[in-house]
Amino acid sequence: MTRPSNEAEYLARMVPPSVRGVDRRTLLRGAFGVGALLGAGGLAACSSGSTSSTGDGDGAVTGTVTVGSNQSDPVPKAAVQSYMDAFQKANAGTTVKINTVDHNSFQENINNYLQGSPDDVFTWFAGYRMQFFAEKGLVGDISDVWKNITGMSDALKKASTGADGKQYFVPITNYPWAVFYRKSVFKEKGYQVPKTLDELNTLGAQMKKDGLDPIAFGDKDGWPAMGTFDQINLRVNGYDFHVSLMAGKEDWTDPKVKKVFDTWAGILPLHQADSLGRTWQEAAQSLQQKKSGMYVLGSFLAQQFTKGAEQDDLDFFGFPEIDSTIGTDAVEAPIDGYMMSAKPKNEGAAKKLLQYISQPEAQLLALKADPSVIATNSTADTSGYTALQKKSAEFVKSAKSITQFMDRDTRPDFASTVMIPAIQSFIKNPKDIDGLCTSIQAQKKSIFGS
Amino acid sequence: MASKRKYKGIDQLSTRDKVVVGLMVIVPTLIVVWLVWLPAISTVLLSFTNWDGIGPLSGIKPVGLQNYRDIATIYPPFWPAIQHNLIWLAALFLVATPLGMLFAVLVDRGVAGTRFYQTSIYLPVVLSLALIGFIWQLIYSRDQGLLNAITGGTTDWYGDPNVNLWAVLVAASWRHAGYIMLLYLAGLKGVDPSLREAAKIDGASETTTFFRVVFPVMRPINIIVVVVTFIESLRAFDIVWVINKGRNGLELISALVTQNVVGEASRIGFGSALATIMLLISSVLVVIYLRIAMKED
Amino acid sequence: MTDLAVKTRPQRAPREGGPSSGRRWLLPVMLTLISLIWLFPLLLALVNSFRDYAYTAKNGYISWGGFTLDNYTNAWAAGDFGLHFMNSVIITVPAVILTLFLSCCVAFVVARFSFKFNLALLGFFLAANLLPPQALLIPVYRMFRAIEVPLWVSDSGTLLNSFVGLILVNMAFQIGFCAFVLSNYMKALPRELYESAVIDGASVTRQFFQITLPLCRPAIAALAVLQVTWIYNEFFWATVLLQQGDKFPVTSSINNLRGQFFTDNNLVAAGSVIIAVPTLVIFFVLQRHFVAGLTLGATKG
Repeated sequence: MTRPSNEAEYLARMVPPSVRGVDRRTLLRGAFGVGALLGAGGLAACSSGSTSSTGDGDGAVTGTVTVGSNQSDPVPKAAVQSYMDAFQKANAGTTVKINTVDHNSFQENINNYLQGSPDDVFTWFAGYRMQFFAEKGLVGDISDVWKNITGMSDALKKASTGADGKQYFVPITNYPWAVFYRKSVFKEKGYQVPKTLDELNTLGAQMKKDGLDPIAFGDKDGWPAMGTFDQINLRVNGYDFHVSLMAGKEDWTDPKVKKVFDTWAGILPLHQADSLGRTWQEAAQSLQQKKSGMYVLGSFLAQQFTKGAEQDDLDFFGFPEIDSTIGTDAVEAPIDGYMMSAKPKNEGAAKKLLQYISQPEAQLLALKADPSVIATNSTADTSGYTALQKKSAEFVKSAKSITQFMDRDTRPDFASTVMIPAIQSFIKNPKDIDGLCTSIQAQKKSIFGS
Repeated sequence: MASKRKYKGIDQLSTRDKVVVGLMVIVPTLIVVWLVWLPAISTVLLSFTNWDGIGPLSGIKPVGLQNYRDIATIYPPFWPAIQHNLIWLAALFLVATPLGMLFAVLVDRGVAGTRFYQTSIYLPVVLSLALIGFIWQLIYSRDQGLLNAITGGTTDWYGDPNVNLWAVLVAASWRHAGYIMLLYLAGLKGVDPSLREAAKIDGASETTTFFRVVFPVMRPINIIVVVVTFIESLRAFDIVWVINKGRNGLELISALVTQNVVGEASRIGFGSALATIMLLISSVLVVIYLRIAMKED
Repeated sequence: MTDLAVKTRPQRAPREGGPSSGRRWLLPVMLTLISLIWLFPLLLALVNSFRDYAYTAKNGYISWGGFTLDNYTNAWAAGDFGLHFMNSVIITVPAVILTLFLSCCVAFVVARFSFKFNLALLGFFLAANLLPPQALLIPVYRMFRAIEVPLWVSDSGTLLNSFVGLILVNMAFQIGFCAFVLSNYMKALPRELYESAVIDGASVTRQFFQITLPLCRPAIAALAVLQVTWIYNEFFWATVLLQQGDKFPVTSSINNLRGQFFTDNNLVAAGSVIIAVPTLVIFFVLQRHFVAGLTLGATKG
């Protein structure tokens, strides 16, 4: 009998063989782990042995499942706790241990986290990044969980699928990007919601005359302006080209791409000046203070407005049509959710948890923390939704295609080290589009390899 | 007689002493070799690959000098970063460090309230990055900052690449002066007071005393201060990172390394190449320092 | 001549009354002015940390009003500061003490003796300090992940996700700088000091602890303050080498105050002020070692 190699194994050994009823190998596999098992020591030894290989979501699951969460500020943290608590109640014998890491650190260290000793389940986003991890074998296949999931649209399922056709992700909430405005301002000045680019230009000119900055804009952090690029690209070239461009399959010196920048340069004068020194919050505050008329941003903008009358005054419209053959049926709506790590210590409970997360009960609890996002499950009860949420839900539902936002749709090294500086230099100097595209293409080649 | 010739005698070591000296040198050296130099060598080796930090080491593919070629030709922030580091060096060397030294000399006089002065000047050094970011955001923000509110202007202190480096250098000097003051003050406190007294008795003024008597005696400390200034300009990072992660006119080499290595970007090979360039530049500094130190001995 | 008589009083005695020799008030006034200028930005942030975010969002920061203590109470609770302060202490205290001790050892050897490898050693340590730590994150991460240690050293079984690993890394990075600085301070000590000790038959250890260290008190105190500041405020190593949120030091609790999208800047400022307090305390405690001079006069006569 060899010495136990870790505490968990030692504890596991204290359970008499008659109760264990499993062979040493599965026991070791289940016992190999960090203090998570200490809380349910012997019990864990039983459960991990019995659930590890079958992954049967319907069977009773016990033991501890660990969750890595990036919801670190108090309100979302409490919301996560609440639906984890609800899960524990519904599955007696299971404990959920939440490992909360602050938002920034969690995201920045995701590579190290997944290659170290990740929790069984963790928060993440849909998009290229999710598929990338799947390809590298860092996350677990949960296609069997998806067999039992109901209420998720095809678009959502597609966004949760890896390149190999298997599912790796369970959505919980998402939120749309659109053009936001204050109803009171539009009513007071008699503005109409623009449906085409020309109408947007006219509206902008009118707003300028009235002393407003037509489009609020703050790109100090680099990423907000990506949203505008995405919107324009979707309208000018359509969903397919956009996805292909993000995947690195297109040439950035293609006239189609130049057209996007040209169009943007055309409406750049409508944007707030000196955007590179302004954070998006400051830009949002200009909307709040009625100093600007519109803002292209995600619906999390609502968080900046005080609850009540001010938030109710917020409304949005989809980015105007630019090309009538393409229309406006593509929506950018980043999806947040959960994934399972490649070698979870308690696979059964992890999968049960993921299934639970896909259901309206968990999602509505999550929304309590952040009423600017919407649930992904279409059967969720929307009666408690604010007007903005209802409109968001409708907006996303009616979309034919959904994109995730540039920094989730493309390689993160390309997005952060190439696109952010490139877009910033475009904003500074919108005249040299050819030079810009050439530079982006050269760097893109070195990163994507082609 | 324990000392035949003055200096040989006091350097004779018993066996036990030899062991002690050996340990005193070996333990720290081993730690630094293990945790700094070995990873540094790995970094240099990684700079010849395009690894993304994920997967087994056996999966790493070498790409020769490709990263370096890319850095020099198609990577837009690189040359501006070098330029900015040089500007940073000049600013620290010509303004912030002398300021810090001046403060140390003034504070060293021991006037009443010296602790208050020391604390005030040193305070910026102990503040965490988040606070520093908030402080200067309050001052420099285009829409809501103090500077624009007072001057009535609309200068985009952070966003205009022609201005932001200088704005940030003010913030950096604010910190750097306190840091230098601390180091220099410790040195000044070590100067034999009898030297100063002798100068006073000879009728020397304060300034003459300082430049003719104290400054020369402080030579090792002066060297530290110069070296620290070089180190700080090469490794300048904190403030630009917290402002906008080192973009748009605030590019600095450390920030570029961090952008590529930390976070989801994970261009480990590319970032390592940038870090290797930093290593090369710093080895030049080290060689220069050693030359100067050798001249002394 | 009376001017001169006034000025020849020993350095450390505070300036007593005496004849108004014209410029005696200049220094304190200048210093006060400088101090106030230096303090101003911090005071600005301090004032605003006591203000409600909703108020400053509406009226901008150049306004008056909206004062509250809530930011501080919320920051403490939301950031879970109690736990993270504890973590910071566990990391910082051993790291600083060990770093200073080991640096003194190396600096002593290099300053006291004229070995051939002295310069190479100094260059070695100096160069180690010139690298950006960020460049070494991934190699060290990989290394730590592969090194297995007994469970009483680290509860994860490897150096990854352990305080020991983090302490070692911080030490390694700071030893270079401290050794370099201290060697220069120690070189400034005259050799005559050691002569008397050697004649008395003192071993190297005695010389180190009884002569060198006490005389380097100002330098060590200064470095202690700097080390505490740097290691305490250090951020990247902690997030890379630790994997569990409840092990993170206090620098990351600031991030707990930031939302994914929405950040209450005033709350973050309050949190940052709270975090800055320990380093200030250390500075105050060690300050008297700067103010106190040396007793180099021990070698004379």
